Amino acid sequence: MEEQARPENKIRVLLVDDEEGFVNVVKKRMNRRGMDVTTVTSGGEAVAVLRKNDFDCAVVDLKMEDMDGIEVLKIFKKMVPEMPVLILTGHGSEKAARQGLTHGAFDYLTKPCELPDLLEKIREAVAQTAR
Amino acid sequence: MDIKSYQTIRRAIFTIIILVSLTPLLTLISVTAFGFHTAYRSKVMAYLDQLVEKHALNIDTFLFEKLANIRVLALSHSMDELSDAELLNQLLASLQEGHNDVFVDLGLVNEQGIQVAYAGPFKLGRADYSDAIWFKEALQNRVYISDVFMGLRGLPHFIVAVKKRVGDERYILRSTIDFGAFNRLVENTRMGQTGFAFIINRDAALQTHSREDISAFIHMLGKRLWGQEPNQVTPGNNDEDSWAAFAAQRALAQRPVYHFTGKNAVTGKPAIFVNTFLKNNEWALVYVQDKADAFASLYAARNLSLLVLLIGGIAIVIMASILSKRVSDRIRTMDLEKQMMNEKVIEAGKLASVGELAAGIAHEINNPVAIMVEESGWIGDLLEEDEFKNTENLAEIRRALTQIQTQGSRCKAITHKLLSFARKTDPMERDVDINSLIMEVVEMSRQQARYANVRINTNLSDNLSPVTVSPSEMQQVLLNLINNALDAMDKKEGGLLSISTRMEEGFVKVDVSDTGSGIPDANLKRIFDPFFTTKPVGKGTGLGLSIVHGIMEKMGGKISVNSAVGVGTTFHLYLPVTPKGTDERP
Repeated sequence: MEEQARPENKIRVLLVDDEEGFVNVVKKRMNRRGMDVTTVTSGGEAVAVLRKNDFDCAVVDLKMEDMDGIEVLKIFKKMVPEMPVLILTGHGSEKAARQGLTHGAFDYLTKPCELPDLLEKIREAVAQTAR
Repeated sequence: MDIKSYQTIRRAIFTIIILVSLTPLLTLISVTAFGFHTAYRSKVMAYLDQLVEKHALNIDTFLFEKLANIRVLALSHSMDELSDAELLNQLLASLQEGHNDVFVDLGLVNEQGIQVAYAGPFKLGRADYSDAIWFKEALQNRVYISDVFMGLRGLPHFIVAVKKRVGDERYILRSTIDFGAFNRLVENTRMGQTGFAFIINRDAALQTHSREDISAFIHMLGKRLWGQEPNQVTPGNNDEDSWAAFAAQRALAQRPVYHFTGKNAVTGKPAIFVNTFLKNNEWALVYVQDKADAFASLYAARNLSLLVLLIGGIAIVIMASILSKRVSDRIRTMDLEKQMMNEKVIEAGKLASVGELAAGIAHEINNPVAIMVEESGWIGDLLEEDEFKNTENLAEIRRALTQIQTQGSRCKAITHKLLSFARKTDPMERDVDINSLIMEVVEMSRQQARYANVRINTNLSDNLSPVTVSPSEMQQVLLNLINNALDAMDKKEGGLLSISTRMEEGFVKVDVSDTGSGIPDANLKRIFDPFFTTKPVGKGTGLGLSIVHGIMEKMGGKISVNSAVGVGTTFHLYLPVTPKGTDERP
């Protein structure tokens, strides 16, 4: 992951999902909509990247091969408690997502979600944290 | 098992019950009946034997006494004395005095058969008896008693004769004896309805008067009686023994009694004959009685036992029949229940495994679909660039992208449905007023119904027990059923949708009826199967009703369906009532 120079107004988002095709296209579309998106495809990688960089918001998929999304959330909350974390979850796993809320997640979204919804949530999360 | 094996079970039970209950009953009744029959029969026969024997003894005694009296006279008086009519009269008078007038007369007859002296009521004088049978017999025997003959007054009499030797001359002292008293005694020996007695002699001639007409079998009796006794001493053979033989037979402690059975010519029915010999085997006392009469009580008892046996037997057979039917029916019902249970378990297993498979597929499909949708979105983003503004097919590309988006959403809807179907987590359940829930759903569907030209009619009972369900699931169930109903009626261009609620068998029952096209029988069994649909490809997932089925099963309710093609379809929902006394769940 290369360090990029970025304008101050851009929101820095860390997108964690093991579906590479998904994160790539979402990253491109979000970047186009004025966000600075960094993508990783595993929980371990995500922790490593977060250690080196600052982010305004993280979006974490609940189901990943190496690490459970809730585990990643817990680690993130330990490392950077003030960073809002959004949970992405499959349909029918809302219970697990709600569990995420008790561990400090900002909110959750069910996959596949519409891009505008995701952007809206991220902006909302960042705005609330900034206050 | 097929019907045949239940019939086999039934037959086996039936046979066992019959055998086990009838065998002891039959054995008991047979043994008892045989014992009773034997005992009763021998008792009756012993009584009849005794009766016949007693009468025979009385008669023999009577005959013997009269004979003895005349013998004493013959022995104790000289010929001169006996020839004296005056003395003979005196002797007759004293005999009559001592024996109730049974001695009618006295007479002395010489060897030539001429009556020498006579005392009695008839003026017989010097009558000639040389041709009389009794005279010939009396000459050959020491003593002789004649057969019975009818006297001048029509009364039964017989002659008693004693031979007296004076030098070379033989005389017979004879007396006529009135047999009337004994005749009546024998004649009056009557028992039961048909029993009567009489005496016959060796020539099968009646010696006593009988009220019955016995001429039909008297000959048979004579032949049978004396035919049985061929070695007995016959009179006339031996003149020295006749007195001794009389005395010997009379002195018998127990005289032989003979039985045989035959037809009673008087009544025409089977009868028993009880017989004994008397008067030195020349006479026989015969007692005849119909078997049915003699053993009346025995036969009554036998008939009663047969009746009891018959009624008992019928009762046992009916009982066995009912019992065996019940048992085999019960077994059959249990087998059927078991079979249904097995089918249910298999069905549930099938649904569960299909559900898991569906969930897996849904998850797997979700990600590629999401990527496809995002990628098409990305193409849309790129089309915003200036370089594409003048592209010829820009509109067509945009239309294609929209189509990808739309179809992606459809995939998403399908996978959501699949996941709902497979979802195992418990949605929140709470006490629900089912009527208001129905009204909410009806309101939601109102617009759709209007398009389909369908009227919605509700008939909701006020007295429903509360049910504990997940409102969202219940909503899903009702929406599914209503949508199906609207689809069914859409084909027929409108109709009536009726929803009713009431209490039934401890459940809250909700009926959803339509007047749509109906479901053919062949499809009716499969409508709850996952992926079963009759809608055109792309119009239905085939999951709606299996989800409904799954939800109903999970909440402990039931769903069933009635349908007639062309008439309509009714789904029946049975919702379990909240158990009383339980707290509302959190």
